Amino acid sequence: MAQYAILLFAKAPADAADLTPREREAHQRHGEDVEKFGGRMLTAFALQPSTTATSIRGDTITDGPFVEAKEVVAGFYVIEAPDLDAALEIARRNPATWQGGGVEVRPVDSGFVGAPPVEG
Amino acid sequence: MTHQSDVEAAVVDAHRRGWALVVAATVRAARDLDLAEECVQEAYAAALATWARDGIPRNPAAWLTTTARRRAVDAVRRQRAFRSKLPLLVEPERMVEDGTDMDEPVEPAAREPGNGVPDERLRLIFLCCHPALAREAQTALTLRLVCGVSTADIARAFLVSEPTMAARMTRAKKKISAARIPFRMPGVTELPDRLDAVLGVIHLLFTTGHAAPSGPSVLRTDLMDQALHLARVLADLIPDEREVWGLLALLLVTDARRATRVDPDGRLLRLAEQDRSRWDTAAITEAHGLIVNALRDRRPGRYALQAAIASLHAEAPAYDQTDWPQILTLYDELLSVWPSPVVALNRAVAVAQVGGPARALAEVEEVEADGRLSGYQYLPAVKADLLRRLGRTAEASAAYRQALGLTRNRAEREFLTGRLADLGRP
Repeated sequence: MAQYAILLFAKAPADAADLTPREREAHQRHGEDVEKFGGRMLTAFALQPSTTATSIRGDTITDGPFVEAKEVVAGFYVIEAPDLDAALEIARRNPATWQGGGVEVRPVDSGFVGAPPVEG
Repeated sequence: MTHQSDVEAAVVDAHRRGWALVVAATVRAARDLDLAEECVQEAYAAALATWARDGIPRNPAAWLTTTARRRAVDAVRRQRAFRSKLPLLVEPERMVEDGTDMDEPVEPAAREPGNGVPDERLRLIFLCCHPALAREAQTALTLRLVCGVSTADIARAFLVSEPTMAARMTRAKKKISAARIPFRMPGVTELPDRLDAVLGVIHLLFTTGHAAPSGPSVLRTDLMDQALHLARVLADLIPDEREVWGLLALLLVTDARRATRVDPDGRLLRLAEQDRSRWDTAAITEAHGLIVNALRDRRPGRYALQAAIASLHAEAPAYDQTDWPQILTLYDELLSVWPSPVVALNRAVAVAQVGGPARALAEVEEVEADGRLSGYQYLPAVKADLLRRLGRTAEASAAYRQALGLTRNRAEREFLTGRLADLGRP
């Protein structure tokens, strides 16, 4: 098994509040595709809209996402899958692909996930 | 002792016919494309000396496979201590034997034809043409790993330096191992798309050879031969795919005119000027049979339709006896399955024959307005020809100049210069 990060791209500013109830539900259901097509969900994050992003290049701090583009990163998740074909089979079912954006599949080189914070 | 020239001929023959098979079988043992390639090269080198001493084996490809695989297994054993993971994902060997896969999570792999024993060459072709690789990388890997063309020759064919081509291939191989692109048959539902990529690579190889983008000659016959060879291998391995027949037929019928596309001075000849008696009738007949099957029943694909059009040209006894109305009908159908501006431009040539140059010019101008063909030299060339026929000489001359500005191939440049010069004559 290998690990793949799947990056979701959506039309800027990629605000989750803009999703219709149907679109939101599709994103929630996508987790089932991962299992169904031979993968395992390791971790997943949805991000705040890109209007809340701040970028740093060299020592210059600017408002907005790092790369100026029509689409911006909306979130990402990491899956475990047997090979790239399996990962692509899962990723192509991500609702972002039919919601005007798309996904990028990148093999994970190494990683670390911290322990969840203590409630209180 | 076997005569040295016989040995050399046997090695050359085994290279031409067995390379892909030997590489594919070695990939399985090496689990790494670079190592497999190295071991296969060593096996071919070893063949020269060993066959001279012991005689040429009855089955040269089997000898080469055994030798290359043995080297690969040794290398893997030596390297094992240093390796943390397998760089290339190869399905366990047992799956090759019984054709079933208990662990396959998604769907069954497309069944290989014949007795169900998968042909390793097919896996190799699908690996090289994986959609996760850039088109240039797909063609380069296919030429190197499936056809055994040297990196230097591939670089020359695609007009880049050898280090550039080597770097491109290394990058692709690294991606195959880092992203774990598997060495397996695509699944049944993936097959149409994946096959499309393979056919696209073969077609690109052929057209690159057929109309070399630059250089002294318009033809690069080595590339055309490799493409034809690949199409035949594919038709052997996947015998029931109509688009494979369509592509093979298209290549055959186009290649049948190879000898007459340029005159003895290397000057490009138009279809109307070519000596039809020198066309390869055996190839045209073979293509005809394939096309009849490829057009049968369901909606035909783009290669079958392109082949049918090329075949109508090839079977016409003379240019002015070409069945243009039928060609136009086929272009209409082609445009519906493959809405490309290049098809629309070619269709305009048929429109000119059926409905006259004025109607064709209107269609060419429509394609021009679309903008996608702005750097395509054949658009102003076709337009120039239509303007010339309409007697609009000044505009024709401007269009020929525009085409010349976009053309780097010497034979095509000379052709256009000649047409431009003819404009001034009565």
